[in-house]
Amino acid sequence: MFRTQTLRRRYTSCRTSWFVGGAALLFLAPIVIAQDTPLISGGTGFVTSTKGGNTTYLPVISPLLAAPLGSHVLVESRATILQSWFPKGGGQPGYQRDTFLGLDFLQADILAGRHTTVVAGQFLIPFATYNERLTPIWISNFEDAPLIYSIGTMGTSHGVGGMLRGSAASNASANLDYAAYFSAASTNEQFNAQRSAGGRVSLYIPSVRLEVGASFNRLLQGTRENFGGVHLWWEPANSSFRLRSEFASGEHARGYWIESGYRLNRFGGGTFLSGFEPLFRMQQTFRSSPGTNDGLPTADTQRADFGLDYHLPHEVRINSSYSREFSSDGNRNIWQTGIIYRFLFPAWRTK
Amino acid sequence: MSPSTRVLLPLGAILALLPLVAQGRSPQRQATSPEEHQATTKQQQSRGERVFNQNCARCHDAPQNFPPQISGTIVRHMRVRASLSSQDEKALIQFMNP
Repeated sequence: MFRTQTLRRRYTSCRTSWFVGGAALLFLAPIVIAQDTPLISGGTGFVTSTKGGNTTYLPVISPLLAAPLGSHVLVESRATILQSWFPKGGGQPGYQRDTFLGLDFLQADILAGRHTTVVAGQFLIPFATYNERLTPIWISNFEDAPLIYSIGTMGTSHGVGGMLRGSAASNASANLDYAAYFSAASTNEQFNAQRSAGGRVSLYIPSVRLEVGASFNRLLQGTRENFGGVHLWWEPANSSFRLRSEFASGEHARGYWIESGYRLNRFGGGTFLSGFEPLFRMQQTFRSSPGTNDGLPTADTQRADFGLDYHLPHEVRINSSYSREFSSDGNRNIWQTGIIYRFLFPAWRTK
Repeated sequence: MSPSTRVLLPLGAILALLPLVAQGRSPQRQATSPEEHQATTKQQQSRGERVFNQNCARCHDAPQNFPPQISGTIVRHMRVRASLSSQDEKALIQFMNP
């Protein structure tokens, strides 16, 4: 008897919910924004890297999914799937392969206010600029990340927890943005993260096209290290010149990179010459004490990267670079080439 | 009437009234002159272009083409990635859908 009444009540409640929900959807349909179809984007490519005479081949795909839920929530995720083919070593002929599948981020973005977005889930750690802005394979100019990339990104480059971010103030003369996060420790294979907290503040001045920012992160487990960093980006007005730089410091090492580039599209868009982009990146790392887990070279290292990218039509680009690395552990040459295709399309067809 | 029905019915009524509220605003919009409307749109587009150049184009090229049905999703993604304010987000979507 009780079960029958409960089921009937549930049925009545469910029927009412469906009726109300259906009616609401029917009435709301005309005001649903038509541009909010979920999208699939990303890049796919083939990269070769020759370091110290050993060549590695890397077919890679990095898909990104972004799906709005209602008018205030966006769920987005990016993954990297690659297979590396590298020499067997030890005098053995042939290659062996290694497959990698990793989730870069899987986050829900809640647009909480005019100046605040709440991010929950697995997110890229907001330290300096490289991790959040330049890691997508269809954006990065060099195939290799900077030597100091692991400083401040906690070894995994992502955190699992929450983040507040947004634009504190924005007008024609200045733009101030912020990000503050907390990450819990996680040992899950795909959601691996260390307990840490930190944030970043950036100021962009449009009149001189200059951005300066500072970051601070603290590892809250194990050795409990602090990491600090500053970044400076500059794109002079009416020029295709671009300068990007970061300095980062940890308990055991510090370093910097400066990258400059010049896009030749100033010499006429659509011509053969306009697709070229010569690049130069200078890097140095300094080791103050042994730190086996920080990902930086074990000895002081200097590296100069000379790059030449070519932007083809239809979202295809070719990246190539030669690097010379100087270190007390040994000097070496690094040659890298890659062809990358960027894709972007709706997840499904709509009218 | 069950407790869930008592909650859901007013909620449904409020949701159902939203389109009327939206429609109720439209006469006010129509009251502005075409010149004023054009000027506002131009201002929004100009701001949208500035937002695009200051935030999106500094890291990557603009996509060469994409269907308009995903422009809102792209802008929302950029709002989070580039820490845009809601006004900048609106200006950017206006710029991408002139």
